[in-house]
Amino acid sequence: MQRRDFLKTLAGGAMVALSPQLAFYAPRVFAAPSAATGAYEKLLILVELKGGNDGLNTVVPYADAEYYRLRPRIAIKREDVLQLDERTGLNPALQPLLALWQSRELAVIQGLGYPDANLSHFRSIEIWDTASRSEEYLHDGWLARAFALSPAPASFAADGVIVGSAELGPLAGAGVRAIALSNPEQFLRQAKLAAPGTSTRNEALQHIMKVESDVAQAALKLGNAQYAFRTEFPKNEFGNTVKTASQVIAAGGGVAAVRLTLSGFDTHQNQPGAQANLHKQLAEGLLALKNALVEMNRWDKSLIVTYAEFGRRPKENQSNGTDHGTANAHFVIGGAVRGGLYGAAPPLTRLDGNGNLPYAVDFRSLYATVLERHWGLPSARVLGGHFEVLPILKT
Amino acid sequence: MGISDARHLLNRTGFGASPHEIGDFSKLSHEQAVARLLEGAVTEARTPLPDSVDEYLRPARLKTLSEDEKKVVLRRQFQISADLRAWWLSELLATPSPLTERMTLFWHNHFVSSQQKVKSARLMARQNMLLRRHALGNFGALLHAAAKDPAMVIYLDSATNRKGQPNENFAREVMELFTLGEGHYSEQDIKEAARAFTGWSLEPETGEYKWRPFFHDEGVKTVLGKSGNFDGDDVLDILLAQPATAEFIVGKLWREFVSPEPEAKEVARIAKRFRDSRYDIKVALGELLLTPAFWAEGNRATLVKSPVDLVVGTLHEFGFHTGDPLPFAFTVRQLGQDLFAPPNVKGWPGGEDWINSSSLLGRKQFVERLFRGQEFMETMRPADGMQARYEDAAPAWKKRVATLKEEFGKGGGRMGEEGRQRLIHALQDIHFDADAWFKSVARLGSSAAAVMLPGAPAGSIDERASGTELIRALALDPMYQLK
Repeated sequence: MQRRDFLKTLAGGAMVALSPQLAFYAPRVFAAPSAATGAYEKLLILVELKGGNDGLNTVVPYADAEYYRLRPRIAIKREDVLQLDERTGLNPALQPLLALWQSRELAVIQGLGYPDANLSHFRSIEIWDTASRSEEYLHDGWLARAFALSPAPASFAADGVIVGSAELGPLAGAGVRAIALSNPEQFLRQAKLAAPGTSTRNEALQHIMKVESDVAQAALKLGNAQYAFRTEFPKNEFGNTVKTASQVIAAGGGVAAVRLTLSGFDTHQNQPGAQANLHKQLAEGLLALKNALVEMNRWDKSLIVTYAEFGRRPKENQSNGTDHGTANAHFVIGGAVRGGLYGAAPPLTRLDGNGNLPYAVDFRSLYATVLERHWGLPSARVLGGHFEVLPILKT
Repeated sequence: MGISDARHLLNRTGFGASPHEIGDFSKLSHEQAVARLLEGAVTEARTPLPDSVDEYLRPARLKTLSEDEKKVVLRRQFQISADLRAWWLSELLATPSPLTERMTLFWHNHFVSSQQKVKSARLMARQNMLLRRHALGNFGALLHAAAKDPAMVIYLDSATNRKGQPNENFAREVMELFTLGEGHYSEQDIKEAARAFTGWSLEPETGEYKWRPFFHDEGVKTVLGKSGNFDGDDVLDILLAQPATAEFIVGKLWREFVSPEPEAKEVARIAKRFRDSRYDIKVALGELLLTPAFWAEGNRATLVKSPVDLVVGTLHEFGFHTGDPLPFAFTVRQLGQDLFAPPNVKGWPGGEDWINSSSLLGRKQFVERLFRGQEFMETMRPADGMQARYEDAAPAWKKRVATLKEEFGKGGGRMGEEGRQRLIHALQDIHFDADAWFKSVARLGSSAAAVMLPGAPAGSIDERASGTELIRALALDPMYQLK
């Protein structure tokens, strides 16, 4: 009789990596990373608003008549705006961020962009991820270059952890130890299947073997990834992303940068409902992230920065949506942030030939601020030039 | 051409290769083998489309429903989209012409539309049939057909592109991604082309393409130096007349079949033949598969298997018996290739981007579980209760559902009780005959490693390993991720 191999992909079974009880014995008091970890004692959390969040309906120039003229159907009504000052306000779905604004931990930067803006999703996010000029093609992400020049401690679990996306973005590049994961417990269990092998000249093979060795190291260091937070995380996709990120940070293996992604901002059609839903997820998630960082005693040394490939066109389109644009508004949040409005209000009467906004602040200035003021690292080599630092952090 | 070349050709043009197929092809010359593959192309799927997929739900209807009604409809749509994916997986496994399916998948990743936006499974299925019909036909005909395909009209907003209120989405992507490639057109060309594409629309009640002359801009447009009262088809012809189009397509085919780095001279030569043939895809493919670069040792094991390569290839290579292919639709999705739903209009980036820490572990877990074998049956049996409702289930059953969810991502949980049962039964149907497989490897006069891997194992394989243990060890070697 022939022997048949029946298989059972389903059974999985071996939920051995971590018993849930262990979580109760996790230390309640978090030791801050020691001084030996240097610059990367401070944590950077990037939040990608994928698809190109519409900045004008995020940070609303509600006193500008031109705004209402350009967007007769989709503008946020003056009476609905959460006012930040006499001419600028937030989308009402961002209500949870108001607490951060009031505690002066939220910096709003308007007019972030770059010269000769590219309107393609892929090319423009590549420009933001690699911090290149518009016509310049760079392979490595800007954080990957930063880690190549100023390495994170070898003892760290990873240089960067990516949650909510399989694309490495600013962490893509040779030499950077980047781990993409959706669920730490599952990651640890699966990591047992990875084993570093011998070296090779085949690039594809080399890539696979490097990922294997990164996984092995991260698994070793993230052994305690089931901290039971008091913080409540929203029960939606971005809430899960924030929760996973918080668990990775709580595991204490050492991570310098975390990148989260919230997708769905490419609102060519019926923007108002879709964007409100995303904004609500975003704001609730960011607030939960703050609470988790406070719980871990990491809030004062953490910086949360949003970014996206581009903003959207000021004039609404025929489908109750907006097309690809240029300059955009973004948020910087953290215990060391000097809250307030930065950059410049959108000059809606000075649009370019495509009907798009000129930029006021080069996005690489934001990166330079992160590198120099948050991490205390030189930025010119990473960014290919000197960019003015923004006064958004307490000194 | 021998075993090694036959293995290479079949893995690159299809999805995996059984020892028997390798033996067959090893007796042919390169030219004979390529001719056989091209002649074997088909234009129709042999797997019948499930009735559920052919239902058409008018997109706007949802808005008129109550929250509860909406939930029912959305759950039904999720199940239908699972049926759609299972249908293509069936075809990928059953096709007499794997090259046809590879090219259909290639065009799906070129003329991208996603069910995320298109919503209708029927329109996605029809687009898939269109891509298969032209998969190895004429690229010009394919471009014209795909551009007006209803799923594409929805995906790239052509239906909202109107005279006086242009939506540039399709005009931009048709130049950047479907024909010329970046750098061969200006922003002004996009604006002008968008005007020419006005009037392409849909009949909302049926989801059929509809020409709406009232919305069409009848003015003069200037695209790539040519001026006239163009309509959309005229602009497509202008794009097809540009030499950049043939080079762009051949470069992309090169990265699909030959290596990650196209040789400029060879691409130019093949592109010229492609254009001279008025875009006969078989001409381009025939040239490509017979270039010395395709067969060069240095280009072996340089392409990363896509999730479909890995999953369908593994099942095919070992002659797995599979019933309902639904579980594999969730597996490829989990590994980053959700069929009918590429991440964005640029498609899956592929290559090394398939592999990061989470996807690599998912891939290894898939093959590990696939080959883990008999011992698992025992642990499964006690959990095989007949519980109808999740709430009443024994803890073992609940644990199993949790594992199921992990295995198939969030999708598994959204399948509902009936769907879960379906997944579990489908998984119990999967098996293969290891003895028979080793016998056919022996008949070939080859070894398991030579059949399974495109090069020498990267790790050390225990010399004493045999049977499924050996297969498992080879499948977990990094080299198994390559083709």
